[in-house]
Amino acid sequence: MDTAKETKSALLASCDIAVIGGGVVGCAVARKMALEGASVVLIEKAADILEGASKGNSAILHTGFDAPVGSVEWKCVQDGYKEYREIHEEFNLPLLKTGALVAAWTEEQEEKFAAIIKKGHDNGVTDIHLISRKEVLAREPNLSETIRAAILVPREYVIDPWSTPLAYLKQALENGGRALFNAEVTGGEFDGEKWLLNTSRGSVQARHVVNCAGLYGDLVNQNVLGDCNFAIKPRKGQFVVFDMAASKLLSSVILPVPTERTKGIVIFPTIFGNVAVGPTAEDQDGRDDASVDTDNLKALRAQAVEKIPGLANIPVTATYAGIRPATEFREYQVSEDPARHWITLGGIRSTGLTSALGLAQHVSAVFKQQDIHFTAPDKPVIPRVPNLAEHRPRDYQTPGYGEIVCHCEMVTEREIKAALQEPAAAGNMNGLKRRTRATMGRCQGFYCSARLAELTKGIFANPLDAGENHDR
Amino acid sequence: MTDSAQNTLYDVIIIGAGPSGIAAALELKMWGVNNVVILERETQAGGATRHCGHPPFGIREYKRILTGPVYAKKLAETATKKGIHIAFSHSVTELAPGGHLTVASPSGTKQLAARRVLIATGIRETPRSARLVSGDRALGICNTGTLQSMFYLKKLIPFRNPVVVGSEIVSFSALSTCKKAGIQPVAMLEESDRPTVRSPIHYATRYFNVPLLLNTRISKIIGHDRVEAVQIVNQFGAVKTLTCDGILFTGKFTPESTLARMGHLVLNAATDSPAVDATGRCSDPAYYAAGNVVQHAVDSPEAAPVPLYYNADNLPQPVNVAGQCWADGQRVARSIASDLNGTATRNESA
Repeated sequence: MDTAKETKSALLASCDIAVIGGGVVGCAVARKMALEGASVVLIEKAADILEGASKGNSAILHTGFDAPVGSVEWKCVQDGYKEYREIHEEFNLPLLKTGALVAAWTEEQEEKFAAIIKKGHDNGVTDIHLISRKEVLAREPNLSETIRAAILVPREYVIDPWSTPLAYLKQALENGGRALFNAEVTGGEFDGEKWLLNTSRGSVQARHVVNCAGLYGDLVNQNVLGDCNFAIKPRKGQFVVFDMAASKLLSSVILPVPTERTKGIVIFPTIFGNVAVGPTAEDQDGRDDASVDTDNLKALRAQAVEKIPGLANIPVTATYAGIRPATEFREYQVSEDPARHWITLGGIRSTGLTSALGLAQHVSAVFKQQDIHFTAPDKPVIPRVPNLAEHRPRDYQTPGYGEIVCHCEMVTEREIKAALQEPAAAGNMNGLKRRTRATMGRCQGFYCSARLAELTKGIFANPLDAGENHDR
Repeated sequence: MTDSAQNTLYDVIIIGAGPSGIAAALELKMWGVNNVVILERETQAGGATRHCGHPPFGIREYKRILTGPVYAKKLAETATKKGIHIAFSHSVTELAPGGHLTVASPSGTKQLAARRVLIATGIRETPRSARLVSGDRALGICNTGTLQSMFYLKKLIPFRNPVVVGSEIVSFSALSTCKKAGIQPVAMLEESDRPTVRSPIHYATRYFNVPLLLNTRISKIIGHDRVEAVQIVNQFGAVKTLTCDGILFTGKFTPESTLARMGHLVLNAATDSPAVDATGRCSDPAYYAAGNVVQHAVDSPEAAPVPLYYNADNLPQPVNVAGQCWADGQRVARSIASDLNGTATRNESA
């Protein structure tokens, strides 16, 4: 008993900034502050990054045309969008220039167009404009002819939802940062100068803390600070992914006319060469219940088929759900508590993938305002991440890859082995999948699970195999 | 395959070194069509038979009862003995009109061409996702083929006490694999009011000591990291929870027709197979298809009389055993030979 206590209170790390949460926001903040010269420790309760809200989203790089005017979200989306465009090439991160169409299928929806366009222009996204039914169908000939008109958002694009945060984490790690996995923050004490955070693995000493705990953001504030001015209201979004053959049917992101509550159901090309539809918006109590259900999946599929009739003949490849950390407020819950050396980035809902870099800029600005400075490295390391985008050269197109392990997604042995290497090695099977696309395809691991079980044997705490058994 | 082969125009390229692909290559040779290559994405021949570690295979081809892996080895030996060229680790990534293929291999991506191409890419089971089953994405969910390849090829098992979904022929192969692997299924679920495979095979559930629950389907998979239980529901809507550590989705076979779907060939909307005429020819006359990738629509499974015993010739559709694929490969190869050579004669010893 005493031994267990001792182990848990062991000091694991001491740093300038502890970042709680390994979602896209935590990874971006860790990167930014490592680049500014702070010693950073990212603390994640799961075995890998992206195990919470960041694991399932629509992977759209948002312009912010529909963000609340003048909001923190709007600013961070705009800043994040701009920075992603500046840095993605040096990281080898993709950008699929799809553009988006806000599509009106009813007169009622069409009536909202003027307000949407005005808001977009007020938000500085001045290139969005109305296009006629004829123009819509010329651009997207496979859309149902019941389409009435659309707003074209030319610079709304699709990116890689998993390689992007991975690139941020890698840059943090290669510039002196550290990451602790399987470490859940359970409490902490502030002595007026620094924090001693307790985690399930031991303690971490930090001068400043940035709470990026996503779905658990309110609980972290309550457990460590003792108070929180927002409550997470988990909102589940289910998605259906169609076979790659569907990519011939759609080139733009099809956005619905939003309602008060949600951005609605989107039909979008994915960076991996599929077409997906989602998300639903289901309020629930569970923060980690990312389960799908047959009725909603069928309804999503039907909605997609209604709008793109050709999808009727395309099989479903995958289904998934993500949980957005919504709150009782419509806006992000971003706040700082300088006296207690604490910054909270809470309630980062649908737009987090885009706004993460902007939120990281915000954190950096907050430190500067507080006159807290670090010495940036002269030559920061810029890691390149493996390309998973279907529209760019894949690993299997370069000789010497060993063998193709996952035939549906054309994932090579070389890619699998690289994903198991530090820094930022996969921490579980999901992490391996997100780093390589293995088992993501139409057979969902039918052909490659045996080989993957062999390649990952003894590596993960929760392995693909349940043990060894010999023929009796 | 050497790089000098890069610009060769083959007479026939066969995609897939399973029973139908190898049978087709051997048959083509007998008809004097020798400039043939089989492209196989795996490192071994045999296709699905590689991991079907149970008999009976080979009755038609070798007049012996073999297990799948032994049969797969014999196929490879026969091919080698007869000088059939199999290019392993060669994945066809794209079909283009007129018999032009893009092929990935560890030595690089190549463009290959043939006067005729035979698609013999087989079949696989439908995974959980395409069945739109409710629940989380825990580890421990797989198809029979995965269980078999994990166990027979790697000596690993995905679970110890799964629930088995389906009651097709393959579902009973799955039970047999479980028994060999020391896996004890909790139950076998069948959505309809009777097993897909009927007497006498369904008595096998007693032999395997696995209760068969009819009129029952999975309503939810429970478990975050690994499967912990399943919620099942019967025809009256009664919900029950079964503790288990995995789910084995069996059957619901679907042709591996991705190359056709992604390319220009017309698909048969009822079966998802490449649409073929009576000779096995696809919508592009340079392409043929044979074996399990070609499934024929069954108007109503209820219409066919149920045989007392199943053998290699009256197994319920869809999915043909290796011997039938072998025969189909031979049949379509004859079409291709006559298409290319007109009135040649067959030489058994070739």
